[in-house]
Amino acid sequence: MTSYFIRRLLAMIPVFFVVSGVVFLIVHMVPGDPVDNMMSVGASANQRAEIIARYGLDRSLIEQYLTWLNNIVHGDLGTAIVMRRPVADLIMSNLGHSLALGGWALMFSAVAGLLAGTIAASFQDRWIDHGLMGVSLLGSTVPTFWLGLLMIMLFAVELGWVPVSGARSWTSLILPVITVGLGGMALVARVTRISMVEIAREDFVMLLHAKGLSRWTIQLRHILRHALIPVVTILSLRIGLIVGGSVTVEYVFARPGLGSLLIRALAQRDYPLIQGCLLFLAIAVMLGTLLGDLLQAAMDPRQREDSAQ
Amino acid sequence: MTALAATVRSNIAALMPTFSSAFSGVALLILILIACAAPWLAPYPYDLQNLSIAAQAPSAAHWFGTDEFGRDVLSRVIFGARTSLSVSLVAISLSVTVGILIGAICGYVGGRLDRIVMSIVDLTWSFPEIVLALLIVAIIGPGSSSTVLAISIAYLAQFTRLTRTQIKSLKRQTFVEASLSLGAGPTHIIMRRLLPNVVAPVIVVAMLSTGNAILLEATLGFFGMGVQPPVPSWGAMLSTGSAQLFSAPWVILLPGALIALSVIFINLFGEGVLHALDIKAQARSH
Repeated sequence: MTSYFIRRLLAMIPVFFVVSGVVFLIVHMVPGDPVDNMMSVGASANQRAEIIARYGLDRSLIEQYLTWLNNIVHGDLGTAIVMRRPVADLIMSNLGHSLALGGWALMFSAVAGLLAGTIAASFQDRWIDHGLMGVSLLGSTVPTFWLGLLMIMLFAVELGWVPVSGARSWTSLILPVITVGLGGMALVARVTRISMVEIAREDFVMLLHAKGLSRWTIQLRHILRHALIPVVTILSLRIGLIVGGSVTVEYVFARPGLGSLLIRALAQRDYPLIQGCLLFLAIAVMLGTLLGDLLQAAMDPRQREDSAQ
Repeated sequence: MTALAATVRSNIAALMPTFSSAFSGVALLILILIACAAPWLAPYPYDLQNLSIAAQAPSAAHWFGTDEFGRDVLSRVIFGARTSLSVSLVAISLSVTVGILIGAICGYVGGRLDRIVMSIVDLTWSFPEIVLALLIVAIIGPGSSSTVLAISIAYLAQFTRLTRTQIKSLKRQTFVEASLSLGAGPTHIIMRRLLPNVVAPVIVVAMLSTGNAILLEATLGFFGMGVQPPVPSWGAMLSTGSAQLFSAPWVILLPGALIALSVIFINLFGEGVLHALDIKAQARSH
């Protein structure tokens, strides 16, 4: 397990360099002079010289990249042009909100998905099964931003149960969590149902019935437990999306977070901030995927052997 | 190819009775026809402004109401179908074509070229789709052609991987060896011998991805980074509509419902075709 962890960690290093290289190159790929892209309009010649010195913009691309990377390692992501605050501060103050939303959404997907899948499998081919599966197909295909708007209209405006937007109290998390988590819930419900239906056909289940155990004991204590393996796989694949998967929903509910910060930065063409957000989103996806892989490897030794070959 | 054709023929019977996939196919066809015939079907031009009837609730003259400039929502949705469908279809076609080409070359040649190109292609998996698309639009600026490019790059990796894996396993088969010994060059083998055996699952995955592409196009439009006004798109209508959420909630109903419906129909139809071709296992094994 330790060797798998080290191998997996080492494999991330080249990916990190390439991804950060792409993020670094954004300033050079957009039309116009990179120096102008890093400054607010009407900056003085002194400020211009300062930017050039700070990022080494008069040197070769490789040197510039290394300077940039070195700054980042020391916690300096530059200064946001429009908001005039250090990018690192902006990202840190938004990261928590994204983590909370993504984490709770994953939790919601897991709990609600398992519940719906178990119920559907227990009443296989009856109306409750078809109903739940129909709703989960709907949940995975309806555009999240539309769903978010509809829920705002119903629960926040018409019924007044929760706040319309923002992040002042925990109640403002409810609608965004459901909106983000619904797609994952649909997936978990489908996988749970399928694997429970398959396991219910196995011989050991017939034996349990023959022993006279009650239907629900068999469903919950035996079948569901075996069915959990593919569900955990699906959930661990989604860990990588905790931070980056809710960009749209943050925007719809006007919640602070990395996603809404990125959208704002894009609209303002604030390149240092764009770079910072993208770098953090990519790192979050990489770390999340790593965590998911480790979880899977811890549960299933075959996974570890596969990568050793 | 002939084996595949036989599978298709024997399974076409299995496809037809599946009510949901047949129904979805018909619905999709109707949607495409509506998009094509938009100028004749829409009751008003999509950019006809009339501020005296701005933000009006649905009525006999305007079945789905009017937006903040007094433009007819139904007409804009009908024209918006053109944008959504054409952008996502063109983007996916581009993505599939390039993906098949790269995948075939990488799979056939192998070695260092394969490793380098595939690690570049895999990079797109370091970001969520929407973040990747936003990144591309940030570099080349908003508009319909950059939306097409953004969507096609976002889905490139899966087509490339799917083609590459299949080519890798096929190129060791005896019929390829036979072709080689008859003096066929690599181009002939890839284009005439290997690709015909590979495209079917890729096409089905492409069809399913078209649904996701419609969602991605709408999301970009929602952020104001897709097709630019006054040309209507469903996503952009939702975005401007969300500003009038409290005064004119009807503006967001129809475009959102149509996005959802087209994605659902494409998924159901694609599942039906997947079932008919019985290539689920192949399609998943990338």
